[in-house]
Order: sequence, then C-alpha cells, then structure tokens
Amino acid sequence: MSDHEYTPKSKVGKWFNDRLPLLTLANHLTDYPTPKNLNYWWTFGGILTFCLITQIITGIILGMHYVAHADLAFQSVEHIMRDVNYGWLIRYVHANGASMFFLAVYIHIFRSLYYGSYKSPREVIWIIGMLIYFLMMATAFMGYVLPWGQMSFWGATVITNLFSAIPLVGDSITTWLWGGYSVDNPTLTRFFSLHYLFPFLILGLVILHIWALHVPGNNNPIGIDIKKPSKDTVPFHPYIVIKDLFALLIFLIIFAFFVFFSPNILGHADNYIEANPLVTPAHIVPEWYLLPFYAILRSVPDKLLGVIAMFAAIFVLVILPWLDTSKVRSTVFRPIYKQFYWFLVADVLILGYVGAMPAEGLYLLIARVATAYYFAHFLIILPFLGMKEKTTPLPLSITEPVLGGSADMAMAKNNSDYKEKL
Amino acid sequence: MKNFFKLIIFVTLISSLFFSNVNAAGEKQELLKVDWSFKSFFGKFDRASLQRGYQVYSEVCASCHSLKHLSYRNLAEKGGPEFTELEAKAIASNFEVTDGPNSDGEMFERPAKLSDKFVMPYANVQEAIAANGGAYPPDMSVLVKARGGGANYIYSVLMGYEDPPAGMELDDGVYYNKYMYGNKIKMASPLDDDIVEYIDGTKATVDQMAKDVTTFLQWTAEPHLETRHKMGFRVIIYLIVLTILVYFSMKKIWSRIETKV
Repeated sequence: MSDHEYTPKSKVGKWFNDRLPLLTLANHLTDYPTPKNLNYWWTFGGILTFCLITQIITGIILGMHYVAHADLAFQSVEHIMRDVNYGWLIRYVHANGASMFFLAVYIHIFRSLYYGSYKSPREVIWIIGMLIYFLMMATAFMGYVLPWGQMSFWGATVITNLFSAIPLVGDSITTWLWGGYSVDNPTLTRFFSLHYLFPFLILGLVILHIWALHVPGNNNPIGIDIKKPSKDTVPFHPYIVIKDLFALLIFLIIFAFFVFFSPNILGHADNYIEANPLVTPAHIVPEWYLLPFYAILRSVPDKLLGVIAMFAAIFVLVILPWLDTSKVRSTVFRPIYKQFYWFLVADVLILGYVGAMPAEGLYLLIARVATAYYFAHFLIILPFLGMKEKTTPLPLSITEPVLGGSADMAMAKNNSDYKEKL
Repeated sequence: MKNFFKLIIFVTLISSLFFSNVNAAGEKQELLKVDWSFKSFFGKFDRASLQRGYQVYSEVCASCHSLKHLSYRNLAEKGGPEFTELEAKAIASNFEVTDGPNSDGEMFERPAKLSDKFVMPYANVQEAIAANGGAYPPDMSVLVKARGGGANYIYSVLMGYEDPPAGMELDDGVYYNKYMYGNKIKMASPLDDDIVEYIDGTKATVDQMAKDVTTFLQWTAEPHLETRHKMGFRVIIYLIVLTILVYFSMKKIWSRIETKV
C-alpha cells in the first residue's frame, strides 16, 4: 500500500514516527495517488464524511439538552427550539442533516453501481459500505423516534412490530426490544442510548471503508486498472482535496436552503403532535429515505414474507459483487447494462413514491411490479447480462487514446476528448 | 463541468420528487392561500398583526387552547409581538400560578411572572376533554407546524365554517367545516365580526382576526423565524462567495496538469 518510504525531516518527528507512524499515515493520505479522471460523482465520499461529523457534533450538543423520557422528550425538544441558544439551528441542522446524509449516500451508492466500483478487487469496500448504510438506516430510524411525536411513536410501533413476524420467538423478541408490552418509556431510553452509540460504530466502519479503499485505490469513470503512481494519477492533496471542497460547498448551499428556509419540508407534520398511544395517524409513513424499503415491505401480502423481502432487498446489495458476472466495471462500455441501470434508478424512485402512498388499489399494484423488478434486476438480469453482453473495447489507460475509437469511446472521458467537448 | 451540471440537475430532480411526495400526501380540499409577510427569504412578522393576534388568542382561543411551551417573557422578546417588558409583566400578572412549597411546607398561589410558562386553561387533558364534549382542544404552541398546509390550513379552517351540504346529518356539537379533515369539527366557529375590540382600532372582521391569530400562531410555532431568515441569507451569500473563490483556486491548481476539472 505504501508508495515510497517516508522519513520525517525533523528529529522529533522521526523519533515519534518510529514509535507510532502517524506521520507516515498523514503522508500516505496526502500523497495518495488518485486517478485524475474522477468526475464529480466521486466527491460524495468526502461529502459523506462531512455529513457524519456534522451529525455527531450537532448530536452531541442536542444530547446535552434532550431528555430521554416519554413525558419530557417532546417538551425538551421544544426547549431546545425555543430557549437553548441557537438550539433551533442545531436541531434543524441535525434533522435536515440526516436527509442530506441519505441523499449523499444514495448518490454515492448509485455512482458505485454505475461505474462498477463494487467489483473485484473492491468487494470488501462495498460490503463495509453496505454495513454502514444499514447502520445509517437503523440510526436514522431511532433518531426519528426521539422527539416522541406521533410519527415517532407510530413509526416505532410499526417497525418494531415487524419482528413479531418471526415464527415462534417473534413475540418474545418484540417484547424484549420494547422493554415492555408496547412502545413506551423503556423503548425510548434504549433507542436514545443506541442512537448515540451507532454513529461511532459507523465512524469505525468508515475508517475501515477508507482503509480498504486505499489498498487497491480508487476506481475511476472508465473502470480500468491504472498504475499508481503514474501520469494517470494525481496526489490526493491538493488536487482532490480542493475539488472535494468545491463540491462540498455546493452541497452546503443546498443544505443551507433546507435548514434556513424549509426546515420542516422533509419531515412529517404529525411529528409536531405529541405521541398519543390512543390515536393512530391516518397514514403512518417513515422518513423519505426509507420509503423504497417500506414499499417492498407492504407489497408482500404476508407479514413474515414482507419482512424477509425487505431485508432481502438490502442483502442482494451485499452479495452484488458476485451477482454481477460482467468483468467490465464501467457502464460506459456496457451499452445494454446502461439501459437496465436507468431502469433500476427509475424503479427505486417509483418504489419510494408508492411507499409514501396508501397501500391500496393502483399504488399497491405498482409497488408489487416495482418490487418484482427490483429483485429481477439483481437476481436475473445482472448474472445473465454479464455473460451475454457484448461490451465495447476498453482503452489502455486514462491518458492514452482509445484503441478502437468507436463512438462510445468518446464517453471514456479521457483527456483529449473531454477538452474538445468543452 | 458538463458532468457537474448533470449532477445539479439530478439533485434538483430528486429533491423536487420529495416535495411532490410531501405535498401529495397532504390536503384534499384546496386551501385558501394568503400572502403571508413571514414567507419568502426575507419574511418577517407584521408586529402589529402579532399583537392583535395575541389579543384574539387571549380573548377567544385561550379559554380552551393552551400554549404550554411558551413563557410570558417570550411576548417581550425580539422577533415576536415585542410587547414592552412592562406590558408583558402586566399580561403575566393577570394569571395565577401555584408555587411552593414555602418555608411552612405549603403550596401557595401568586400572580404569574415573566419567567412562568403560559397558564393552561385546564388542569389536565382529561378535564379539557370532559369540558369540550369529548374532543381535546389541541395545544397551540406548535399547531401551525403540526398541520399539513401550515398557516394556510389554520387560516382556512377559521374561514371554512359553512352550512353542511344538503343530506349531511351532523350530531349535536359537531360543525361543518370546508377545510377540516373529514369536514367535521367539534369547535363551533370561534370568530364573529367584532367579537374582539382591537386596541389599535383595526376593524375586527372575521378575516382580519383569522389572519392575525394565524400570524401569532406561526410565531408561537417558530419564535426564531426572523433570526433564521436573516442568518440564512447571510450564510448562503457567504457560501456562494466562498464557493466562487474555491472554484477559481481549483482551476488554478488543476491548471498545473493537463486534465480539466
């Protein structure tokens, strides 16, 4: 992994580095050879790191003022919104930050799907990423419960009830999760505890994710292996750092619009009503980022099978590196897969849409078709397509002109082509 | 750069989908739309309207609806109705709160102070339900945020009392409202022309009172709205300037190598 031996210049630095090679690590991170043709879809890794740190910092501050008790939680959130200095800002950043975090992670995942970043030798990066995504969903779900509004309470009731579908032990597990016979104070306190813990697990996994990335190095838009370091790469600092920063700032402008001018648009109005176990809301809907899975859950008529389908929807992603049999990474050289890729994007958006709608009539039908297609994409289309598809020729390197020179090659975004277009 | 625009379009598309999602889940009857002064990027509250709105709240709504998350001091704070401290103190002193225990170990009644929370009309939820024919008059502190449609919804419900359509049977104590979910509401139309005599001499039409009290409730739900808008404008200007600077730095740095960024 190390590209060249690094020796600190100062004596103290050398003494310290011999005992704990932090300076070698810092040097590795700044010099890390990165493909120079990375496009803006690659900036979301940095953006996601920023999101995680923002959530942790704002979360720690909120935790100082929040009271995890069924009778006091709602009131303590209002206390934060009204009486804590800039409490409204911290809470709105945290609440909208969760949405922005998911927006970024979905772009990050779909970038990986487009450019085949999950394929050999990057399977472990991908699996760790999926673990992070899974923990993110769990963390966000528990965080949404903490204000103890109507959606908090009923969302928690619906989701925890899923476990009761497990044969034989389901009810015992649900009781164990609740800490009682319904969602109540013990549920709230344990959710708070876990909501505080999980982000640090995510942070640990993020470190592993980046570590695993630095072994083979970044994939790139044309998906071919490159020599490192070479004329195909640039050092991470300053080239990628400044580019990531630019993209992050654009992201922050969008983020700021939500926080300052539409802070509640992504939440549900019912969550400003205090939790009431006796009144069920007309429609119980999760936060937008969980809607596709919610749609899959509801599209299966049987409760247990629905739960299995929902978890399977995540699990097919975990084993994706072995479902996609194509050796070619980038979609740029896979004309047929490219179409299926966009079908999948549309399919997930449709699932998200019907997830927000009542599960009846036409919506239910659409949800079922979209669910079936989702699984067909991963379990049928990907394995067969990889074997049958005729891919277009790959260039030798990022900088070198393309071998064949077919029309699709222009998409390779190699240097000279790119300039001509601009 | 071309990729970059694609990205922006993608992000906009996704976010617009959420918006349509959120909206689609909400209202059936088209709500009345008011051009509120507090909407838009520079939106501020109409101070006089907030003060009149408080008057409507205290003379009409407060007999059933609590504002339990507010304190009397909030009435004198910046960005709100901005009563003077003396006025806010005078308002507070009209209410009795239970304090204690004193040195004899006994609870005692005293007039409310600025630091006290708004006194609730009922001792508890059960009493409120019992006194209102089985329907709980919701706390109004965050009511605007707790209803899809927000301020427009509250205003519409206040304006939406009509005779029920032919053939619709209503039980005793149930009223027809065009904008209420299910069109049935247990609150009788709370506003009548001149039910309140405005201190500032404004004519108290139902429409005027509905607007004023809705403005007041928007403030109770978002007491820091003005600070938020002001800060948001500055933050975004700052970010845009910084983004431009970083963009040119990036161009400069990447000009060292052939690749375009």
